[in-house]
Amino acid sequence: MEMVNRPYAAAFEAYATQHPEVLCLSADLTSSCEIDGFRDRHPDQFLSLGMAEQNMLSFAGGLGLAGFRPFLHSFGVFLYRRPYDQLMASIAYPRRKVRLMGFLPGVTTPGGMTHQAIEDISVMRTIPNMTVLEAGDATEVESIVAEADTVDGPVYCRILRGAVPRLFTEPLKIGRMRVLSEGDDVLVVTAGITTEEAIRARGALARAGVSVRHLHLNTLKPFDAAQIVDHAASVRHGVITLENHLVAGGIGSMVAEALAEAGLPRRLIRLGLQDTYAHGGSRPYLMQHYGMDALSLVHAVERLTGQATDIDEAALGAVRIDAVHSLVKAEAL
Amino acid sequence: MRNEKTTEEVAHAIRARVFEHTIRNNGGYLSQACSAAEQLAFLYNEALNLGPSTMPMVPPPFSGVPSAGNPDYVTGAGYNGPFDAVHDRLFIAPAHYALVAYACLIEVGRMAPEGLEMFNKDGSSVEMIGAEHSPGMEVHNGTLGIGLSTAAGLAFGRKRLGHSGRVCVFMSDGEVQEGQTWEAVQAAAHHGIDNLWAIMDVNRQQCDGAMDDVMTVGDIATKFRDFGAVVAECDAHDLAAMRAASATPHPGRPLIVLAHSRPTQGMESLMSRFPRLHYVRFKSEEERARMNHDIAAELGVPPVTLEAH
Repeated sequence: MEMVNRPYAAAFEAYATQHPEVLCLSADLTSSCEIDGFRDRHPDQFLSLGMAEQNMLSFAGGLGLAGFRPFLHSFGVFLYRRPYDQLMASIAYPRRKVRLMGFLPGVTTPGGMTHQAIEDISVMRTIPNMTVLEAGDATEVESIVAEADTVDGPVYCRILRGAVPRLFTEPLKIGRMRVLSEGDDVLVVTAGITTEEAIRARGALARAGVSVRHLHLNTLKPFDAAQIVDHAASVRHGVITLENHLVAGGIGSMVAEALAEAGLPRRLIRLGLQDTYAHGGSRPYLMQHYGMDALSLVHAVERLTGQATDIDEAALGAVRIDAVHSLVKAEAL
Repeated sequence: MRNEKTTEEVAHAIRARVFEHTIRNNGGYLSQACSAAEQLAFLYNEALNLGPSTMPMVPPPFSGVPSAGNPDYVTGAGYNGPFDAVHDRLFIAPAHYALVAYACLIEVGRMAPEGLEMFNKDGSSVEMIGAEHSPGMEVHNGTLGIGLSTAAGLAFGRKRLGHSGRVCVFMSDGEVQEGQTWEAVQAAAHHGIDNLWAIMDVNRQQCDGAMDDVMTVGDIATKFRDFGAVVAECDAHDLAAMRAASATPHPGRPLIVLAHSRPTQGMESLMSRFPRLHYVRFKSEEERARMNHDIAAELGVPPVTLEAH
């Protein structure tokens, strides 16, 4: 698998330098959000706002009022937990073209509760006027920059940093989910880093005789409920959602709402954080510990089909392990 | 655009109009008219460079919130004139001063008196807590502390665009209890945003009562200076002093004018309610009638004729 180093850094610089109305805002996490090179090479387009996110969000609303399209860079949690009021009043309500670039979604950070955005999708998708995107590979990280900037209003993006695998060749297009396999036993819906886990599981499941229909979502709002329902209707046993997020309010909830509103009776298993906080640790450890990895998906498939597959960890594709303090990350956090 | 009235006349008329409205509706933000009448009159009548209103004299009804399906949405900012490079922009940060701001729009000829009859009526854009779509408003400031940050962002953007027009914020002193106010000042100072200025109604009152009882804020002039602003102070009821304070040079920094006001200026009878002044609702018909008589006499206007009921 091709690994791409810091895809956001290059993509943002290439895009922003061609669009003078784009401003690069940072809240003291400049190298952690891979915009340190941009800051150094394009200081006139870079704005440091310090550790003061409440001001940064309202300030960005003011920049939007002046006709600029600010890209806000921070860890996802810092863009909505403390400054939620400012997000609502200064950005979402007036539909400012503010691009919220949320790094370290879910358990992709060892920073523990304060750093892990585990309810960001549920918060963001309930905000009127908000668009919510999530990148799942290097190609999506690269293409999310320009795509997010087409939105006529605010947009929140879950961004992956550091060494990111390339799973796709086609760029991210808002509203276009990816159909990664078209099986008819079980529908698996993933997004972000859980797509890679589902791809690991799929090969072993196929060898065990389970036919998986796999959808990868990159647009979480607007949510294409009709397509989800169509895919769910075409599988025999039911639906599994696997998300790097709490199962409440995220993709599991969205799929449940879609099935219920359509009156489609299908069993649904929602994998992800089950009404719990996570803690600090490596990504593979956290995904395994909280039941968000490939083997957890296999077990859920067995529950849906009622048949054991005898798949164990050894039968799955290799787990990709990044050292927490690796060269591709500027720092641990 | 300059009004034909003097700023003193506008300020007096704001008090009289808010008084009349409050007596008639048995409640209103009356004390804010006492403390802020000169400040708003000064901003609209002489300090700000505002073009003529682009909006109808009688405000249109509420036409929906901003959404992708509401392309015709407009804010109330057009009452302050067109958005262009040369004119100033004004945010009313404490949105509960809306009644006073609307009265000011009427007195400077930007809104018809009938507009105030729509105040706080269902389906009206003339809302009790000023919303984006309310006359004279451009952004939501109903949660205190966000106005100065938004104005700093707008001012930074306007400077980058080469606009000569400045950005002004009318603020209330209760906002200094919010951490965001200090974040905004430090950011404006750090980035040299000097096309930004604010005038703050320092009436030392807040919803629960006197600020010193609710949350002591100390010497706010020193605090603002320490965070990087240029600070000028004046008596909020002395227009000559207000002119001098607002003319203070502030290269490379935002200017904060602290206008020290009295929450019962021009209506001393309200002192009988002190410190419950944030929203005046009369406790009895007797109090209402007494206030109607006494304040009218202080203002030199006839008492409000109340309908029999």
